[in-house]
Amino acid sequence: MLKINGEPQAAAGQTLAAYLAAAGYAAERVAVERNGEIVPKAQYAACVLQDGDSLEIVSFVGGG
Amino acid sequence: MPGLPTAEEWRQALIARHGEARQQRLAAATVAVCGLGGLGSNIALALARAGVGRLLLLDYDRVELSNLHRQQYKAAQIGCYKTEALRQNLLEIAPYLQVVTHTVRLGPENLPELLAEAQVVCEALDQAEAKAMLCDVVLSQLPDKYLVAASGMAGWGSANAIRTRRITEHFYICGDGCSDVAAGSLNAARVMVCAAHQAQAVLQILTGQPV
Repeated sequence: MLKINGEPQAAAGQTLAAYLAAAGYAAERVAVERNGEIVPKAQYAACVLQDGDSLEIVSFVGGG
Repeated sequence: MPGLPTAEEWRQALIARHGEARQQRLAAATVAVCGLGGLGSNIALALARAGVGRLLLLDYDRVELSNLHRQQYKAAQIGCYKTEALRQNLLEIAPYLQVVTHTVRLGPENLPELLAEAQVVCEALDQAEAKAMLCDVVLSQLPDKYLVAASGMAGWGSANAIRTRRITEHFYICGDGCSDVAAGSLNAARVMVCAAHQAQAVLQILTGQPV
C-alpha cells in the first residue's frame, strides 16, 4: 500500500503517469512530491510507485 | 519640502524596524517575481517595502483597466508594460531598490537563465498549467532555489481559508488550494491575503525563520 495525500491506496507497480491518469489528475496541472522529493514531470512515465511510498499530489487551480 | 532620505537613512530606518542581522540578509537578497498581476504586484510591493535588496520582475503583459481592481498599478499606467509600470511604482516607494525587468513570456527554454540570480522565486502566474510548468522547471532544474507558489485565491469566501503549506524544504504553496478563477472572480482583498502569505514566506526564508 502507498499513502497518497494522506489516504492509503493500492497503487504499487503502476507508473506515476498511469496513476495520475487513472485517478483523474491532469498531469500538466500538478506537482508531485514522493518520499520528500519532487518528481520531475519528465520522469512521470518512468517513476514506478512502490509499497510504502508516500505521495502528495498538488493540483494547481487558476488565478493570480 | 524635504528631499528623499539618503540610502544610509533608508537602511537605518529598516535596521530600527527589524535589526541589523535581518537587514543585511534582506539587502543582500535577490527575489524573482514571476507574473506581475494581482499576486505578483502585491508581493513585489511588500518585499520592496520590507527591504529586499533586488527584485527580478517578469511579465510580458500590459496594464489593463480591469487589472486596477486588484493590481498595484495606477489609472495613468493603462497600456504600459507591467514590468515598466511596476518598476516605476516600486522606485517611488523604495528609491534604493534594485529592479531588473524581463518583459517576456516565461517557459522552460528561458526560465533557468532568467531566474539564475534569484535565491527565492515567487510563482505568481494565472494559468494552472503555467503554474505547474514553472514549479516543475524550478524544482527540477534549479533545486537550490526556494519556490513560493500560489493556488486558489478567487471568490468571496473567507480569507481564513488562505494558508501557507510546506511541500518540501524548498517548496511552499499559498492559497486555499481550490478556489479556481473559473468558479469565482478574483477580488482585491482575498488576492492580497494570498500575496501577503507568499511575501511573508519569502521574508521568513531569507531571514532564516522557519516558514
